[in-house]
Amino acid sequence: MDLFLLTLTEAGKRLESGDITSVQLTESVLSRIETVEPRVKAFITLQTDAALSQAEEADRHRKTGRAGRLCGLPISVKDVLCTSTMPTTCGSKILENFVPPYDATVIHRLNDAGAIIIGKLAMDEFAMGSTSENCAYTVPENPWKPGYVTGGSSGGSAAAVAADESLATLGSDTGGSIRQPASLCGIVGMKPTYGRVSRYGLVAFASSLDQVGPMTKDVSDCALMMNVISGYDHRDSTSVNIPVPDYTAALKDGLQGIRVGVPHEYFGEGLDPEVDQVVRSGIEMLREAGAEIKEVSLPHTEYCVAVYYLIAPAEASSNLARFDGVRYGYRDMDADSLLDLYCKSRSQGFGDEVKRRILIGTYALSAGYYDAYYKKASQVRTLIKNDFSKAFSQCDLVVSPVTPAPAWMIGEKADDPLALYLSDILTISANLAGIPGCSVPAGFSGNGLPIGMQMQAAHFNEEILLRAAWNLEQRAGIKDKKPDL
Amino acid sequence: MKITKEELEHVASLARLELQPEEVELMTSQLDTILNYAAKLDDLDTGGVAVTTHTQNITNAFRRDEVRSSLKREQALVNGPSQNGEAFVVPRIIT
Repeated sequence: MDLFLLTLTEAGKRLESGDITSVQLTESVLSRIETVEPRVKAFITLQTDAALSQAEEADRHRKTGRAGRLCGLPISVKDVLCTSTMPTTCGSKILENFVPPYDATVIHRLNDAGAIIIGKLAMDEFAMGSTSENCAYTVPENPWKPGYVTGGSSGGSAAAVAADESLATLGSDTGGSIRQPASLCGIVGMKPTYGRVSRYGLVAFASSLDQVGPMTKDVSDCALMMNVISGYDHRDSTSVNIPVPDYTAALKDGLQGIRVGVPHEYFGEGLDPEVDQVVRSGIEMLREAGAEIKEVSLPHTEYCVAVYYLIAPAEASSNLARFDGVRYGYRDMDADSLLDLYCKSRSQGFGDEVKRRILIGTYALSAGYYDAYYKKASQVRTLIKNDFSKAFSQCDLVVSPVTPAPAWMIGEKADDPLALYLSDILTISANLAGIPGCSVPAGFSGNGLPIGMQMQAAHFNEEILLRAAWNLEQRAGIKDKKPDL
Repeated sequence: MKITKEELEHVASLARLELQPEEVELMTSQLDTILNYAAKLDDLDTGGVAVTTHTQNITNAFRRDEVRSSLKREQALVNGPSQNGEAFVVPRIIT
């Protein structure tokens, strides 16, 4: 068996037993990248030599008994996380060649655990998008079907895992950017509770919504990554200081006593029949595992997209004000006044979707419109959050589709921003409510595209998500199915 | 019309974006579509509903007022598109 096919957990065990070395494992992953990358196009930056020398070091550490939990395991991260040894572009021309002077906290944690970070992955510019087509450097393609989108914005992170180009990756999720590409590429992706994982060094998009999370080959790997990246960080003022459980201990067979809520609002008009069928059969598997299935209601679901596409751009317009051509990033060197410098650098450096969202956000926050748009959206956000509180008084987790349809063709929806925004309807509520959510592979469409199932739980209840996800994975029986690359 | 071309140009100047005439056309029509969609929020009576700006029950994160090490000046300047070793250089502000 080729080593690149191993999961993070399996490879860790084989490294520990001395059966394989990190150099062998890393070489296998790098050669896999060489073979499939021309087709998948997931990487913006790849550091082959550094990866191999870190693998040698990891093998030495292991011999001397100084191995961390991810010692010698090759992984990659979305190019939105600051890395002091690699450029961090956020998929934007405005940050071309930007090498941050510090590492994100999650990068620190991965390094401390001994992981080898081999590269940085493609994404929609500043994480704004649902297809990864808004990437200034490379547009990744779905490993399951050439010419199809990976989803986004963490599309490179999803594709790299699905194509076995990394044992695991990190993504970020502001409105579904981990869960949606995970579903479209047939992998596991989790958006943890807001405050569970530090965002220090995550380039900010919408600060009240952003969260970093793992994207993995299976549920056990997701739990392992959660163990490494979770926890309080004094450098992130929104980080919550509560103990981190051992998430791998949550993976128990059976769901007796677990109440699974099915919100009828998530199975409405516009849902692809194949997605509906796969998710309903997934719900049956949870029932077979012992869960009690019950109907719940999230009555404000239809307002989620409107709320999100006011709040997220509003926060983005403020966060992205820092890209002014002065301290880092692209500058128009011909600008002859400060105002001209700001305007020209930003206008040349940002892509269309980023400009569009800055404009929506600036409008929603501007004098005369603040109450009608931003404040109104923030009030409806409360109603959405209350819907979940009520649902979680009746059930332990809420299950649904992740996306209304499987992956579509690159370019197909590129000219219709609102149509793309509407495709986020099933994932954005978790961010608005700050709750954890994950996508777990549940089946395939007739033409071979993966379909995931979404699970959402109350704040800091990632363990119940992982347990349910693991039970679904055991019963769905599709874990070993791989794309033909 | 939720937004006119003139309003879009005003918003663009607030956001320090310079748009080409054809971009103004396109963005005005796209924003109009999006804002029309967002108007569905008006269906809801939100009188007396508190706003949610944060989902966790956390307040200010205070720390002791102690001197800590921070980025060295050279490191902070290293990504500056124009800098002189002491500061970022920009076009003259007061003329």
